[in-house]
Parts: sequence; structure tokens; C-alpha cells
Amino acid sequence: MRNYKLSAMALIAVALVTGFIACKPKNAGNAVSADAAAKVYVAPGKYDEFYNFVSGGFSGQMSVYGLPSGRLLKVVPIFSINPENGYGFSEETKPMLNTSHGFIPWDDQHHLDLSQTNGEIDGRWIFANANNTPRVARVDLTTFHTSEIIELPNSAGNHSSPFITENTEYIVAGTRFSVPPDDANGDVPINTYKKNFKGTISFISVDKGNGKMDIAFQLQCPGVNFDLSHSGKEKSHGWFFFSCYNTERANTLLEVNASQNDKDFIMAVNWKKAEEYLKAGKGRKQSVKYAHNVYDEKTHTATSEIKTEVTVLDTKELKDICYFIPCPKSPHGCDVDPTGEYIVGSGKLAALIPVFSFDKIQKAIAAKDYIGDYDGIPIIKYESALYGEVKKPGLGPLHTEFDGKGNAYTSFFVSSEVVKWNIKDLKVLDRAPTYYSVGHLCVPGGDTKKPNAKYLIAYNKITKDRYLPTGPELAQSAQLYDISGDKMQLILDFPTIGEPHYAQAVAADVIKNNSVKFFKIDENTNKYVSKGESTTKVVREGNKVHVYMTAIRSHFSPDNIEGIKLGDEVYFHITNLEQDWDVPHGFAVKAAGNAELLIMPGETQTLKWTPDRVGIIPIYCTDFCSALHQEMQGYVRVSPAGSNVPISYSLGTNLPKEDSTTKK
Amino acid sequence: MKKVLVMILVVVTAYACGNQNGGSSAKAPGSEATANDNPSYDPQRGEGKFTKVDVASGLDAKMLEAGTKVYTVKCSACHKLTGEKLVGPGWTGVTKRHSAEWIMNFVTNTDAMLNKDPKAQALLEICLVRMPNQNVSDEDARGIYEFMRKNDGIK
Repeated sequence: MRNYKLSAMALIAVALVTGFIACKPKNAGNAVSADAAAKVYVAPGKYDEFYNFVSGGFSGQMSVYGLPSGRLLKVVPIFSINPENGYGFSEETKPMLNTSHGFIPWDDQHHLDLSQTNGEIDGRWIFANANNTPRVARVDLTTFHTSEIIELPNSAGNHSSPFITENTEYIVAGTRFSVPPDDANGDVPINTYKKNFKGTISFISVDKGNGKMDIAFQLQCPGVNFDLSHSGKEKSHGWFFFSCYNTERANTLLEVNASQNDKDFIMAVNWKKAEEYLKAGKGRKQSVKYAHNVYDEKTHTATSEIKTEVTVLDTKELKDICYFIPCPKSPHGCDVDPTGEYIVGSGKLAALIPVFSFDKIQKAIAAKDYIGDYDGIPIIKYESALYGEVKKPGLGPLHTEFDGKGNAYTSFFVSSEVVKWNIKDLKVLDRAPTYYSVGHLCVPGGDTKKPNAKYLIAYNKITKDRYLPTGPELAQSAQLYDISGDKMQLILDFPTIGEPHYAQAVAADVIKNNSVKFFKIDENTNKYVSKGESTTKVVREGNKVHVYMTAIRSHFSPDNIEGIKLGDEVYFHITNLEQDWDVPHGFAVKAAGNAELLIMPGETQTLKWTPDRVGIIPIYCTDFCSALHQEMQGYVRVSPAGSNVPISYSLGTNLPKEDSTTKK
Repeated sequence: MKKVLVMILVVVTAYACGNQNGGSSAKAPGSEATANDNPSYDPQRGEGKFTKVDVASGLDAKMLEAGTKVYTVKCSACHKLTGEKLVGPGWTGVTKRHSAEWIMNFVTNTDAMLNKDPKAQALLEICLVRMPNQNVSDEDARGIYEFMRKNDGIK
């Protein structure tokens, strides 16, 4: 009887689940086919085929996944502090988060772009934008460390960034909020938007050898909202395309007021022309303040410099740099196909996708086929730039990626689907549901000249019932599709950190062999390095105490420290003496109002600690390092201010020799 | 019904088992057949690239200098120059206990030696901390050996 009941219940449950799936939109019931598991299964100990670099959105960080397994490999801290490894907490990394506004512990990281050579991913660096306090970062893909962060003056809401040119000549950064320029009086009524607010686009140059970034020039543009961008390639190399909305120039209730015009613009930028003007000295040197932070892998230390000048080109005065192309309904995505001929604009509120032709744009410019100008920038006639429209593709197109076989894949937020269409004949070929409300898409190399189109990943904005419930706040979902055949096939769901926006993916071979395994201790030039235990020491400089300490399996040297007094600032400079892969040591101090350190082999990192009471403070290694990891600990004695306990330190023998509290 | 479901689960789980691609160098000691079983293995020489090290009767000053430097940075945290064990064994008499080849192979090919060599494994059983691979170059390994010789009283 009981068994019968159970079976009946199970059957009902199965029926319910089946019924529930079938109720979901767009044939969700057969969205996952039987061979999906085999396609995403990566056996234990085996490597994934692709790296997937995923923006962390409001986490401020970048996550790295393996594909097709969807396994999380690493979270790389970029714009937010990370107590887990001390990024933004250690003295060495604090300068990375310095800005003209001071230390900023958080940001909103939206887009990523891998460095390219000849329009192909070269695996050297990945660039990341900070949307809130405008910055661009470069992450070194040998160390997976944030190597450099540059702040952007005259900017607010750095959204159309960090998209790059086909040889990584430039990274662009277009301001989402137009604002008064930094050197103008910003104390103006907000409703003087039309008069006082400007849009700025920065071109950041990248050194071919070492990747160092520099703001080469800025374009001052009409005060609209610049949204997304992509560079030209091949024949359109030398051009950049930016979507923009709020051509109404509203400063309140944009949801309604910036949706009035039937068409906003895609702005085509001839950056080679801008370079000519720059060379001819047509730029205006503007006095600004912005931080440029660089991490050195030899000193294991970041330095922050405040720069004070930027060169601005006025696109109203200097002709032939910028052109507007009308694009329906608040365009968002602005994507260029692998040949460089087709520019796909995606109006957030549109029910069609316009595809523009680079050749036709060039002809229209030559023939001055304009319908007028917008704040001094010529507007090309829509039909003269248009290659064609994809009719009734879905609702709310956002972003498009390419497979290099003549097809495009566009995400549709409102209708929750990915639509595959042919660029030449603009016909819809396939559509696949997403769960739910997809934002960005990623095909490995999908925005380059050479896509490696085995998979497509959809990054969704709404998760709802995809995973076990975790209260009101849910992880965002990503979905992996096999696109090697004619039809897209959903093969995996995986949760992500923060909110994923744009992502990049590349074959593992491009990156994995260059990965650094440890830092050579011989090359460590940190100011406070200890190369060997015999060089460890504790040095008092006024109320600052520097502890030169080493870590190796499984002890710190020194591990007994006395003579610290209330009112002291203590700096623990820990050098990890290990010289092998995957042997970090951690370092924690009881009640330190800071974080821990995670020190990689051969590295030196510094934790600042201000003791708050008299007593014995334990220190220990937080990263399980050997069978005797639990023995990797020590003590620091804190005496009252004005105490005459001298600085002393030791390892293995008690110093001072006699216990001063029990023996006279 | 329940039993059937459990069985299905077991079958599905079993399907995922049996992959033998480890690739990890950090195998537990004794998990592989030791070299004792292999008649061609020379336990005096150990596993590694050094088959014959030329050692002069006197000390080589240049090698000694390099070796002293490497000892300070990479070895001294765990090895005392007396006979006393710290994390690893003290170095007094080490050049008499082991051949130059064995020492240099152990220093440069640490994980393989710990996984295979009987004498290295015996030491691990005493110390219980795997000797770290400190990525010592061939030249520096020779320097360390010279430094050990000096510590053992060779002039």
C-alpha cells in the first residue's frame, strides 16, 4: 500500500515536472537533447577546450570558466577589493584602486576584450572596463593579475568600453552619461544639459611590447549617451562604430524621454583621421586629473601616478572624424562582422535588425548624402547606409556575435531567445530559447576576424527557477549552445558571479602554455623582500615597525615577535620562499582590521596591522600547505604604549631567553 | 519504485567512474611500485638527469659561492648545517650518506624522486613534509653539493 502510494506520488511528480517544462516558452521541453551530457562532460583531471572570460558586472571582478564544462576556474580581482587574496588590502596592491577621487573599493565591470594581432586573439592581455568610476584595466594572461588601470577624465559611466582595434592599437572608452567637461564649471543646473553636457570618447593607446596604456586623445562629441561599440576590421580597419541613445538629450525620466525619437544613431568614427588632426596639433591640451596605476611583477608592487593633461579633439570643429547613421529605437549592440563590411545595430525597442554596409557608408560620405547635421556632425541618410533589415527576428535585439561562416547570432531580451540569421540574405535560420531574458552573447573569437565557432554562450539577466532556490537573490545563469551544426543545441546551464555582461572565449592552447607557475625569488626586487631566513628581521622606525618575514612549508621566520606597542603601525612583509607551482602561503593576524594575504611562491606581500589592545596576538597560515600546516603559526606580543619591552624576534628558540612574567 | 530509482542512480554514477588520467605529480608516497622492484634502477644514483658528477678533491670557490647563496634563499629555512633535523634532515654528513648524483637528482627532480626513490621515501616517512621542488638549476644544484662538501669538512 505504502509502496503503491509512493509510486503514485513519483508518477505524479514526473508528470508535474514534465508538464511544467512543457509550459515554458519556445519548445523548452525538447531544448536539451540526449547527447548534451556527453558534449559537456570533461573527465576529472582533463582540461577544458576553451577559456571563457566573463565580466563580473556589479561584483567588479572577472571570472574565468572552462568550456564546455562550465567549471569556474578563477575569479580575477580587478576593480573591487578581494579579501580572499588581499587585493586592495595589501600595501602592494592598494595603489591599483587609486583614482583622482582617492581609493575606490568597488566598481561595476561590464565588458571584456582580448588583445588581438591582425584581427585574431593573441592571448596576451584582456581588457576590462569600470562603468561607475570610469576606468580601463589590463589583465596579464600569463599571471592572471590586473597589471594596469587607467582612469578616464571627462567621463561618467564608461560603458562603450574596452573595445579594441584589430592590432590592439587602441582601446576605446565612450561615456554613457554625458557630463560637463572636467575643466568646465560643473556647478550648473541639471536642466542645462543641452548647453553644458558633452559626450567624450577616449582612445587609449597600447604599447605593442609591454601593453602599457596611455590616453592618446579624446574626442569631444555631442551630449548623448554612448552605449556600445566595436571596431572596424579588414577594409573598415581605421574606423570605429558606437551606438548612442538619448539623442533627445533628456536629463530626467529617460525611460520615457529618451525613447521619443524613432531613430537614434550609430556614430562612425574615422580614427585615422583623428590621428592626422592630432599629429597636426589640432588638439586642445586640457587640464584634468586622472590616475594611472601599474603593477610591477618584479617588485610585486603597484604604483599610482596622477596625470594632469589630456589632448581633446573637438568633433564639431574638426570635420570628417565623426558621422551619424540613424538607427531605429535606442540602439544598444553595435557589432561588426568578421569581414568588416557589415555593421549590425540593435535597437532595444525594435522589432527588426538593421544591417549597415561599410562600402555604402563610404559612398554616402563621398557623395555627402546627408539629411542634415546633429550638433555639427553630419547625419547620413538611413537608406544610403543600410544594407538591409532582418525582418521580424524577435523582440528587443541586444547583441550580435558571428561564426565566420556568414551567420550572425543575435540575442533578444524581450522574447528571451537567440536567433541565428544569415548576413547575406538576412533570413532567419534558427531560433533557440534562453532562460531567461538574455543579454550578451559570446562565440569564441566572435567579434574578431577569425571566430572559432564551436559554442555560443548566452548570459541571461533573469534566473528564476533554473537552479535550486537560494532565497530572493539568485546567481545569474549562463547557457551553452553547441553551434557546430545547422541548429543551435542547448547543452549546459551554469551559474555565474555578479552579473555577466560581455564575455570572451578562446581556445585554451592560446593561453595555457604561457601561464606563470611561480615567481623567481632571484628576480624579486620588492623593497622589503627577505631572501632567506637569515635576512629576516624586525625593524622599528618611530611608531612604524617593519617585520621582514619569510614563509615556507611550514613555518614563518620569525614566529615570535616582542616589543610591539600600542600606537604602533606594524607592517608584515611576507616573502614566500617556495619555488614550485601551487604552493601559496596565507597570512592572518587576529583582529586585523584588514584582510588576509595570499602570497604566491617567490612573491612578497605586506599586511598593515594596527594593534588595538595589549596582549598576545596569534598569526597563522591560512592556506593548507603541508601535513604540518596547522603548525604554521606564531605569536606577537603587544605591550602598552611607553613600555620598555625591546624589539626582539626569534624562530625555534625563545627570545628573550627567560620568561619575563614568571621568572625574575 | 524507490529501489529502481536508486539502482538507476547507481548505474549512472558508475558510468562516471574508472577514468585513469591523473597527471598529478603529488601522489601519496608508496602509491606507485617502488624502484625496489626494478632491477635496472640504481638507488645510489636516484632518478634524474645526473649520471656521473665529476668531483675534484678540493673545493671549487666559484661553485661554493653560488651554492652558499642558493642555500640561504632556498634551503636554509628547512635544513640546518648541523645534524639536527628541522623540517628536513640536518646536513652534517649528507655527502657521506648519499652520492653526488643522488643529491643533485633529488634537488632537481624532487617530485619524481619522492614518488620513486626508496631512500627519498624513507626520509619522507621521517619528516612527513614533502621536500619542495625549489626549481634549482643544474648549476645551482652542483653549487649546493659543493656547499655541502664544505660543511662536511672538505677544504
